[in-house]
Amino acid sequence: MRLQINGEPVDASPAPGQCLRSLIRDQEHFEVKKGCDTGDCGACSVLVDGTPVHSCIYPAFRAEGKQVTTVAGLGLPGDLAKIQQRFVDAAGFQCGFCTAGMIVTASTLTESELDDLPRLLKGNLCRCTGYRAIEDAIRGTHTPVNGSDVTAGADATAGPERGLGPVIKTGPRPGTVGTSLAAPASERVVSGQEPYTLDVTVPGLLHLSVLQSTQAHARILSIRTDAAAALPGVHAVLTHADSPATLFSTARHEDRLDDPDDTLVLDSVVRFRGQRVAAVVADTLAIAEAACRLLEIDYEPLPAVFDPHAALRPGAPLVHGDKDAAESRLADPARNLVAELHGEYGDIAAGLAEATHIVSGSWQTQRVAHTHLETHATIGWLEPATADASTDGDRLILRTSSQVPFLVHREICRLFDLAPERLRVFTARVGGGFGGKQEILTEDVVALAVLKTGRPVQYEFSRSDEFTLSPARHPMQIQVTLGADDTGRLTALKLGVLADTGAYGNHAPGVMFHGSSESVSLYRVPNKRVDAQSVYTNNLPSGAFRGYGLGQVIFGIESALDELARTVGINPFDLRRLNSVGPNDPLVVTHVEGPDLIFGSYGLDQCLDLAQAALARGNGTPTPPGEHWKVGEGMATAMIATTPPRGHYAQASVTLNTAALGPLGERYTVRVGTAEFGNGTTTVHAQLAATALNTTPDRIRILQSDTDAIGYDTGAFGSAGVVIAGKAVLAAANDLADILRQAAAREHGEIPTASWTLEPDGLRSGETFITLADLAERAGAAALRGVGAEDGARRSVAFNVHAFRVAVDTQTGEVRILQSVQAADAGVVMNPEQCRGQIEGGVAQAIGTALYEEVVLDGAGTVTTSVLRNYHIPQLADLPVTEVYFAETHDVLGPFGAKSMSESPYNPVAPALANAVRDAIGIRPTELPMSRDRIWRLLHPARS
Amino acid sequence: MDLNTVLTITSARHRDDLAHLGTQVAPLAGGSDLFADPQTHLTGLVDLQTLGWPALTLMTDADGPVTESGTTPGLTIAATCTIAELSRLECAPGWTAHPLLHQCCTALYGSFKIWNVATVGGNLCASLPAGPMTSLAAALDAEVLIWRRDGSDERMPAAAFVTGDTTNVLGTGDVLRSIHVPASSLAARTAYRKIALSPLGRSGVVLIGRLDLDSSFVLTVTAGTVRPVQLRYDSLPGAAALARDIVAIDCWFTDAHGAADWRRAVSGVLGEEIRAELATAELEDAPLEDGVRP
Repeated sequence: MRLQINGEPVDASPAPGQCLRSLIRDQEHFEVKKGCDTGDCGACSVLVDGTPVHSCIYPAFRAEGKQVTTVAGLGLPGDLAKIQQRFVDAAGFQCGFCTAGMIVTASTLTESELDDLPRLLKGNLCRCTGYRAIEDAIRGTHTPVNGSDVTAGADATAGPERGLGPVIKTGPRPGTVGTSLAAPASERVVSGQEPYTLDVTVPGLLHLSVLQSTQAHARILSIRTDAAAALPGVHAVLTHADSPATLFSTARHEDRLDDPDDTLVLDSVVRFRGQRVAAVVADTLAIAEAACRLLEIDYEPLPAVFDPHAALRPGAPLVHGDKDAAESRLADPARNLVAELHGEYGDIAAGLAEATHIVSGSWQTQRVAHTHLETHATIGWLEPATADASTDGDRLILRTSSQVPFLVHREICRLFDLAPERLRVFTARVGGGFGGKQEILTEDVVALAVLKTGRPVQYEFSRSDEFTLSPARHPMQIQVTLGADDTGRLTALKLGVLADTGAYGNHAPGVMFHGSSESVSLYRVPNKRVDAQSVYTNNLPSGAFRGYGLGQVIFGIESALDELARTVGINPFDLRRLNSVGPNDPLVVTHVEGPDLIFGSYGLDQCLDLAQAALARGNGTPTPPGEHWKVGEGMATAMIATTPPRGHYAQASVTLNTAALGPLGERYTVRVGTAEFGNGTTTVHAQLAATALNTTPDRIRILQSDTDAIGYDTGAFGSAGVVIAGKAVLAAANDLADILRQAAAREHGEIPTASWTLEPDGLRSGETFITLADLAERAGAAALRGVGAEDGARRSVAFNVHAFRVAVDTQTGEVRILQSVQAADAGVVMNPEQCRGQIEGGVAQAIGTALYEEVVLDGAGTVTTSVLRNYHIPQLADLPVTEVYFAETHDVLGPFGAKSMSESPYNPVAPALANAVRDAIGIRPTELPMSRDRIWRLLHPARS
Repeated sequence: MDLNTVLTITSARHRDDLAHLGTQVAPLAGGSDLFADPQTHLTGLVDLQTLGWPALTLMTDADGPVTESGTTPGLTIAATCTIAELSRLECAPGWTAHPLLHQCCTALYGSFKIWNVATVGGNLCASLPAGPMTSLAAALDAEVLIWRRDGSDERMPAAAFVTGDTTNVLGTGDVLRSIHVPASSLAARTAYRKIALSPLGRSGVVLIGRLDLDSSFVLTVTAGTVRPVQLRYDSLPGAAALARDIVAIDCWFTDAHGAADWRRAVSGVLGEEIRAELATAELEDAPLEDGVRP
């Protein structure tokens, strides 16, 4: 059939059941994304004869004779449509994976429809931004940082005492640190031209499909593969017989010993419903799926356990009873215990004995799915060794959607016994991660398939795979007991944590330790006790997720503190002022932390003041009418270490290009290992390099997240992108600046090195000027190159305070957010607009956790919320505009005084909201999400 | 998503072409439901859009004898009419209930882009409790026309079409042809309420009250019950009677979009709001324009 795509005629022969999305992508129009493939997320939105549709549910054959318009048909870099330019100007994206569909949809909206924007945009989901910036882009406005476009009331016009102020678009030196430079990829992202993991054509590509376990716990007695293998087009059927026998963990850390080795690429025992049983590699995905249906599995069912309490009881079914505790690094596999922490500082019994006030409670958090819009995916292939390579065999290449390409590289080498030079791992732009891509979930089986077949192989998760296969946030039970004297000064803090890590122990120890760390050390208490356990069950595995356990434990501790403030009768802000650590206090969990952890700067006092003042100022939003609405306020605090403990390494280089590159004339090339997945580190790296080299960011090309580009980078997790990788980039840029001055001095021996100053086009000393082009030419093949590294040996702490005013409908349980405020101590803010976006996005995810999201299991290991329409991530309609305020501090460790600010905004939100609900209705919610039906049930216990 | 097991698409031109339907061959209307889930049991689809059914047909007393679409004056909606087409239908004289058409469209979980392809009949046939076209058709006491596989026609109340969570009266090879809304219902006053676990989320309950010109009242409860439930009264009931009857409904259910006890309770709240609104409307002349309860 014939159709037109962006005005170009196309001849295509769709399969009868093909959808338009895949047909368009078959034509290499990769700007049309797959986010869900079920018509829910909108990433695949296109126009068909001018009418917007979700192309994933649009039968391809119906496009015959039609004009299809993608986002690229609206405009391209250098010639953007107005709506595309507005997304650039408003920073209306982070990872950018939803952006193409978002813009196509927005392009159809008329001015008069904007009042109905929440409804019209409910079919376009963004997991990164929290939508404020998207709404600004669509409306062509800029919401001030105090969130206020309210004109009613004198209070509304009173600005914050201190904060971001108007966003700085340009400065004396546009694009240097402290200005709101747009992401370097902006124009490509808004036109769909920035390639993501699967946006590439690989000749001869085979596709891999996985058969998932129907059993929660079973031994595989046999797998009959003959029918599947005999299907024409099938190249390989992979079972546990083909798997390397090396145990590993899907979780990746700088130190691989952080996580228990309990996983095989393909195992003869399955431990959760949905686990990989076998994989088929075939010419097409259709054939691979058909072959999977022909596999016959003979299971021997084993007893299973789904409740973490039950898992600890004597006689419970053992999930990894076959593992050796020492070899796999498990606390006690005979008790399903992956990790535990029991420790005491001071004397908890004495602390409680001397307390005037004691509060105690138990809190429960739920499983949460990352729901990054780009699903996990890897393409692997072999490249023949070239003459100048040090290898004599083929080289395995993995192009993958990962936050940690170097750690993937290490572990794949270990699993498949490859010399390091025999493997290259790289990422394109990654479509969101939030911790979910700090795992090996696709790379291992692709590597196996490529090595087995010798052919290029692609494996792409479906959205349902994300819900049933990929690890979720650890559900935790948190028990807190607090003691305080009559003034509210804490005398005792006792914490109990039970985490359900599911069928595998990836991230189990780390999440448990980290969750129990800064949540506790934030408070200056003479007597503390922590008892934490992370246990196996036959549920979906849990893993790393923004905040890394802190969000869950802080929910319990900050709720308990709120209860204590009520008991003592003091303001919750004052309770924090009284008890929080100050810059001269030791940081203590069960012993004094450090010495690597320091107060590089301290802004908690400012954050408390800013949030309290904003809440007191109000925002003019009226309370809904009717006596059934109850209003309340609540707040919570969070502290986080700026980087992970025990080392986080980054290397970077900056090279003076021998010739200016590309249409923009890029003069420098930055090479850095960390990945860009919407965190905005690339933008900050460009700013850091531009500042150090006194140039503009458009003269800087950045090559990243490629094991061939640079020596090493631990990865984009633990909020390390600015304070670790950024510091390495800054060091490399400074190094190059020195080298350039020395080179200039060599050219003009009479002028001392120190007198040269860098300018965008060259170096100047008084009247003497030498161009960068000249220096590059003189250097020739021995390119001028600066290098930098950072080891994360010393770490700082960052602070976030969140406050809410809410109204609760006592008839329905609805929680309506009237005001949302977050104050953050990010040190010196490198890019105000972008940092604000990180905070807004973290708050949005946390509101999702607090009010809406839950991966539901049926109690027997089956995920019942396996499609996006049954797992509600926030839509535009669900979120308030959050007022964002920054403390003014200057960190002694971070580049130019910066601190990390990407995980931490999530952490104080759920307890702040719960505390506000408690204030409104007089009953404390102790369970997440605080869905309408749960809140209603709190209010009407007799009727349920 | 790609339906990789589907090997044939038959463009239906005549009713005879529906003979291709079977357990492995399903009717295709907009595709928004079929293409949103794996359908590995299917090998073929029969395209109903090529039958060219007129989307919306208005019948008045003056139109004379009515043929296949219905036997009474009113509005006949082809099963293949898109939700977008229905939402854009202009008000005809005397259609007091007209706002309800658009209100029910907004209760669809899918976006306005889904409206452009999803059909009224497809929504009924998916038979999800939260299907807003089921809510609409039931609330207006519409009659559905079913083309049975054996060539016979069958009419039945739309409220009886959906029998449970994703089940309905259609057998293999049967096709929903149209939905006929009687003029008397279109002339009635209606009040609409929806609530979900989030402001615009998939419906937890959708309640629609209809006060006919003869003062009879019917409350149609959907989304929170596995099938539509209708409470009928000769005239507007008192608050206590309505509350009692709502509580007595026995098919509330629990899923990711709300717990059964909550659905029952908020139905009591919304039912009373509807009752009060229509009681006021009996006195004033002001139907509620925006019935969405955020």
